[in-house]
Amino acid sequence: MKIKSLAVGVALAMGASSLSFSVLAADTIKVGVLHSLSGTMAISETTLKDTVLMMIEEQNKKGGLLGKQLEPVVVDPASNWPLFAEKTRELLTQEDVDVIFGCWTSVSRKSALPVLEELNGLMFYPVQYEGEESSKNVFYTGAAPNQQAVPAVDYLMNELGVERWVLAGTDYVYPRTTNKILEAYLKANGVAEADIMINYTPFGHSDWQSIVSDIKKFGGEGKKTAVVSTINGDANVPFYKELGNQGVSSEDIPVVAFSVGEEELSGIDTAPLVGHMAAWNYFQSVDTDLNSEFIQKWHAFTGDDSRVTNDPMEATYVGFNMWAQAVQQAGTTDVDAVEQAMIGQEVPNLTGGTALMNKNHHLSKPVLIGEIQDDGQFEVVWETEGVVPGDAWSDFLPGSMDLIADWTAPITCGNYNVKTESCGGQAN
Amino acid sequence: MKHLLAMLGCWLGLLLVTPVVQAANTPLPPTLEPLLEALVDAKLSQAAPVLTRLEAEGGEAILPLFRTMLAGDLYYIKASKRVIAVTEMAGEETQLDLLSGAPIDRLSKREISKIRVNNSLRGQLRDAISRLQLGSVSASVREAAVRALLSDLAPGTLDAIRVARLNEGSADVREVMDMALALNRLNTATEAADRIEAIAQLEGSLEGPVRNALNRIADSDPVPQVQQAAQKALVGIEQRVEFYAFIDQLFFGLSLGSVLLLAAIGLAITFGVMGVINMAHGEMIMLGAYTTYVVQLLMPNHIDYSLWVAIPMAFIVAGLAGVLLERLVIRHLHGRPLETLLATFGVSLVLQQLVRTVFSPLNRQVASPEWMSGSWEINPVLSLTLNRLYILAFALLVFFALMLLLKKSSLGLNVRAVSQNRDMARSMGIRTGWVDAMTFGLGSGIAGIAGVALSQLTNVGPNLGQAYIIDSFMVVVFGGVGNLWGTLVAAFSLGIANKFLEPVTGAVLASILVLVFIILFIQKRPKGLFPQKGRAAE
Repeated sequence: MKIKSLAVGVALAMGASSLSFSVLAADTIKVGVLHSLSGTMAISETTLKDTVLMMIEEQNKKGGLLGKQLEPVVVDPASNWPLFAEKTRELLTQEDVDVIFGCWTSVSRKSALPVLEELNGLMFYPVQYEGEESSKNVFYTGAAPNQQAVPAVDYLMNELGVERWVLAGTDYVYPRTTNKILEAYLKANGVAEADIMINYTPFGHSDWQSIVSDIKKFGGEGKKTAVVSTINGDANVPFYKELGNQGVSSEDIPVVAFSVGEEELSGIDTAPLVGHMAAWNYFQSVDTDLNSEFIQKWHAFTGDDSRVTNDPMEATYVGFNMWAQAVQQAGTTDVDAVEQAMIGQEVPNLTGGTALMNKNHHLSKPVLIGEIQDDGQFEVVWETEGVVPGDAWSDFLPGSMDLIADWTAPITCGNYNVKTESCGGQAN
Repeated sequence: MKHLLAMLGCWLGLLLVTPVVQAANTPLPPTLEPLLEALVDAKLSQAAPVLTRLEAEGGEAILPLFRTMLAGDLYYIKASKRVIAVTEMAGEETQLDLLSGAPIDRLSKREISKIRVNNSLRGQLRDAISRLQLGSVSASVREAAVRALLSDLAPGTLDAIRVARLNEGSADVREVMDMALALNRLNTATEAADRIEAIAQLEGSLEGPVRNALNRIADSDPVPQVQQAAQKALVGIEQRVEFYAFIDQLFFGLSLGSVLLLAAIGLAITFGVMGVINMAHGEMIMLGAYTTYVVQLLMPNHIDYSLWVAIPMAFIVAGLAGVLLERLVIRHLHGRPLETLLATFGVSLVLQQLVRTVFSPLNRQVASPEWMSGSWEINPVLSLTLNRLYILAFALLVFFALMLLLKKSSLGLNVRAVSQNRDMARSMGIRTGWVDAMTFGLGSGIAGIAGVALSQLTNVGPNLGQAYIIDSFMVVVFGGVGNLWGTLVAAFSLGIANKFLEPVTGAVLASILVLVFIILFIQKRPKGLFPQKGRAAE
């Protein structure tokens, strides 16, 4: 500990004493990029790799950080979950990176997590996820369930008068946990067991005939019905197509999705999806100066004017800018110093307002609900008043309602039980 | 077959009718101009009352505008706030001033702006269109309009139906109108006798709103006699509903079966007849799907016909790839199944990455032709989706064409000869190497055709093939290696079994159960449903 704080002190002194010294020194700040460039997840993750590269290029144009240039180190974990752990180790030990931006699926994050904690690395995770986690070494810039799923259900219940609920998802950890939270939330709001239908399908499911027909039957019993979809990736297209073909329109049974964004819509014929909804913290269609500037830069960087932007990209943008600010404030890239400096950082959102990093390593940000338009963009139909702080541990699950995460002294714990007042009160 | 013909007729009819509707665009009464301006200025949340007034004051004349708005084609000129319709027909964009009904000079996207609609407005538009269509000249349109209004019998709607009922000429439409009025009586009548009479009138109706109303009455009507009458009516209705649900499920099973058949039939030739374990079979399907994508890129204005071009193209592309694969790789590994398996698996990865590099890792958009979208509604509880219906017919067509080719052509004869006894065939003067290449090309080409069909059902992406390779092997092994009829029976029985299990067990467990069943079945009968007999099979 002593040595570490000494090192921090030396680093601080060096950073403060002479900028020219660091410029003269040829060394750089290394930024690891841990996104799959091949395999099933390449479809989503290559975009985020490009986003990080764009942000690095931009920061370098501004003179880098602490007088040093940033140097990206891109690795390809190939959508192979164990490989995420190996590549994390490679980045931290061989490449000696100062920070990692990476992961998409929860299982890839869970795979990298032990390595990050063992080697005291620092990672920014930019995708919406199921919550129930807070690590000292990870900053979660995507939405927790209370920043996406719960507000979406509120909107359907209060604004559209939905009384029956279909919770449809792909069979893995994110949909299962999210649906567990939603089920508890709905029941707490007086929805009867018989009015909730839960359905899971395998990854890449393509034959939706009987499920859509069940949904149609379930929704045809007189009460206003909506589908809350945590269906992931590829399976969405045949799902929406089948809805369209069986004549289920968005006016009758709207579908609100948490994994369908601009990027996913860019590969498909949007005609059957028009009017269905998605809940995110960002939409490309939001009209702010900052956003149009970001979109312009993105088009210039990719050299393709038809490339879309999406929510995980904004999360990467916010995370990167926060990290840059924190490094400047701490005057070093040392993980412990940056981690403490991160908390309380504020960065403007692309959709207006500012994002704030909370003590639990989650962001406070606004929640938007948009209807899909035929050009593959979203029309915002509703947004929360003000920002919603991300909740690492859901208040609606029996195991986790007493847990909080707080990475500042005196608690300094990712799963602190407020009842027993002890750290390590693990949920489930 | 009769139904198919009828459907084809309907489709042709639709093609003929659509342009007529487009052309019959009459000018709107000029008194509506201030309202249209209000519509342009209104925010999403303020548009509903404007639409109500437009409906009341515009009458039938407003229908084209409402339809355009529902379709999302309603725009306004930024400078003059004139409302225009922007439609695309065969790649040609036309802009129509709705107030005068005349086409205008084409304005650029920057000069016009879209009038946005959301779900609640869409619902309102749809109801308004139905109400206005009660006065349509076509009886079937009037009937559909009344049915659409059943779920929302507001007083205004009921008045409209009552008025229309007085002048209704068609008995069929009158019947549906009576049903709507009876449903309203059931919901609102205070006298028990009136309600019982309404129930008698509604007996046998399969409409969702009617069943819901009856269910509610059967559970909670204050008068026991009314409850009993409703329960009795429901028994009959539920029996019919269950029967149609069974047909529906059977259709789902057949449809899944047809997909399996298409995917597996090419493999039944390469694996079944030639004995080559081709792990790159899925990628041949993928190549076919990408061919469809490229064909659609080349003819963007003729999406409706693109599939007819794509089918032969996909056959050629995938077939050539198959021939190359056979000549360059598989030929050299003859008689070494394990090495063939590994080599073709490698080829499959190479092909996937190739597609990723050429077309990007993102899924590509393959549009569905107009005639394949939507469903064929037989009655309120049974409707068959058209794309599935066409693919089912297509799968059977491909199967029988292939059967014919193998049975009647000289290539077929050679293929059968080589597969039965290679050495003997060679000594009879058959060029076995050439036959191998042709057979492999044929199998791969058919996989390519399957890709065209699958592009209509699922994503066209680099992983398309992987999703179907396991299923294909399962079907071929279950059906019996080397037997095309076995493949047919196996594909349909697995499809049906899967779809009947799914509602009970869920999709995940259903596929596991089917897999377990096949494993057990293979234990009992290692050669599948229809084993090959005779010395050739040894």
